[in-house]
Amino acid sequence: MSTEQNLLTIRGVETYYGKIVALRGVDVDVKKGEIVTLIGANGAGKSTLMMTICGSPRARTGEIVFDGQDISRTPTHEIIRMGIAQSPEGRRIFPRMSVMENLQMGAQLVDDKHFDDDLKRVFDLFPRLKERANQRGGTLSGGEQQMLAIARALMSRPKLLLLDEPSLGLAPLIVKQIFEIIKELNSNEGLTVFLVEQNAFHALKLAHRGYVMVNGNITMSGTGAELLKRDEVRAAYLEGGAH
Amino acid sequence: MEYFLQQLINGLTLGSIYGLIAIGYTMVYGIIGMINFAHGDIFMVGSFIALATFLALVALGISALPLILFITLLVSMLFTSAWGWTVERLAYRPLRGSFRLAPLITAIGMSIVLQNFVQITQGARVKPLPPQIQGGVTLMEGVTENGTIAVQLSYMQMIIIATTLALMIGFSLLISKTSLGRSQRACEQDQKMAALLGVNVDRTISLTFVMGAALAAVAGFMFLLLYGVIDFYIGFLAGVKAFTAAVLGGIGSLPGAMLGGLLIGLIEVFWSGYFSVEYKDVAAFSILVIVLIFMPSGLLGKPEVEKV
Repeated sequence: MSTEQNLLTIRGVETYYGKIVALRGVDVDVKKGEIVTLIGANGAGKSTLMMTICGSPRARTGEIVFDGQDISRTPTHEIIRMGIAQSPEGRRIFPRMSVMENLQMGAQLVDDKHFDDDLKRVFDLFPRLKERANQRGGTLSGGEQQMLAIARALMSRPKLLLLDEPSLGLAPLIVKQIFEIIKELNSNEGLTVFLVEQNAFHALKLAHRGYVMVNGNITMSGTGAELLKRDEVRAAYLEGGAH
Repeated sequence: MEYFLQQLINGLTLGSIYGLIAIGYTMVYGIIGMINFAHGDIFMVGSFIALATFLALVALGISALPLILFITLLVSMLFTSAWGWTVERLAYRPLRGSFRLAPLITAIGMSIVLQNFVQITQGARVKPLPPQIQGGVTLMEGVTENGTIAVQLSYMQMIIIATTLALMIGFSLLISKTSLGRSQRACEQDQKMAALLGVNVDRTISLTFVMGAALAAVAGFMFLLLYGVIDFYIGFLAGVKAFTAAVLGGIGSLPGAMLGGLLIGLIEVFWSGYFSVEYKDVAAFSILVIVLIFMPSGLLGKPEVEKV
């Protein structure tokens, strides 16, 4: 695949936790304007890949190119400055900060003059957050925290949005709502999204393309529709799953 | 009554100094979970820089006392901050990510280094500074069987209490309202996430040390003005007291450090005033033990929740 229109190119990335190998030479491409999903079982290394893109932990070998620049040796805060935002595994809301302060943290790299507009935009997407604006992050429900994590990531006006399991532990109705919002952001604003999911059915339906990760390796890739039809995918991630 | 009021004023003055030092302990603990045992010595270095600056300004022939005091304050805050920054950069940052006790050990090492450095370069004898700010106002007078007793509020005490109050208000606003303060709180709650939002965590930690050192410098200068003598060893006891204050108030809590500082100051002064001077430290530490038995996280501290 040509890498010219790629916003993110990952080549041969290996990541270790101490001596334990988590990623064994991963190749992934994300083109500008795409929604790409990464599916796989628990412990396959999906979240590790998300964090490796942001330099925490760093890739031991391989190359990560974002927007034309190799970022595999760049410190985390500088990678974020270049236009990547992540809603990480476990949401990681600041529990002792208000919803508003969490959003301000998301916006801290952006010029203050955009703040009011951006705030209005995320409140339009997630009206629930507006009602909770002065409540402490730690007191929100799981679904509200997930909304806040995504909203906080959006406040930084990213070129690439990394979403790690936005559906985890949420009621089906809210999952549907969140997936619709991701789709809207992608089609209306051209936001590029790299989405990690265990909820393979929803994710593959939403995404333009998908990758399957098993034990730190990418084992399959293709368009969402193709992967949905593959027997291996159906057997491993869909049959009896949540659809 | 008059005696009580006088002790109250004295206690608040001493407590202000402890409170200013305690903030440095509590902020560093909040952000990297480490007790910076060299912080008391940073306070000592601050008082020496203040003395040197003060004498230099006098030697230069500047005669307006308020101007001298003001310049001395700024210079000592600036240079002491540089010391605080350097200590963090040299002794603590290389050990980040190491085992938990490692920075604690280097902190004790830095404390010894600073003490010995000052002892060698400045000498071991006490350095005096004649009283600069004299006089005060008499708030009230009372008659007892031993004669009259007056409640005095000296200008020195006024300056110390007012400066501390102003600094603490300003500092609280900085932490709660500004983007820098927000970044500091973010690092305190989840460093990894703060970095994922573009916060330069190392820089934020450095700034925390700088702020703590600047406040310790103010305390050092006030200590110098109040007591008129300093030596290379003053950081030890003041540091232990301020650390106690931070723990009493709830380590990691900013209002807790201020409250703890005032309480330790008051306990010490009241104990000396009503019982015996010899046991004032015992009294302060006993209160600490009693509070920790019933409130293990201190007066205003939040219970430690194990992070998942």
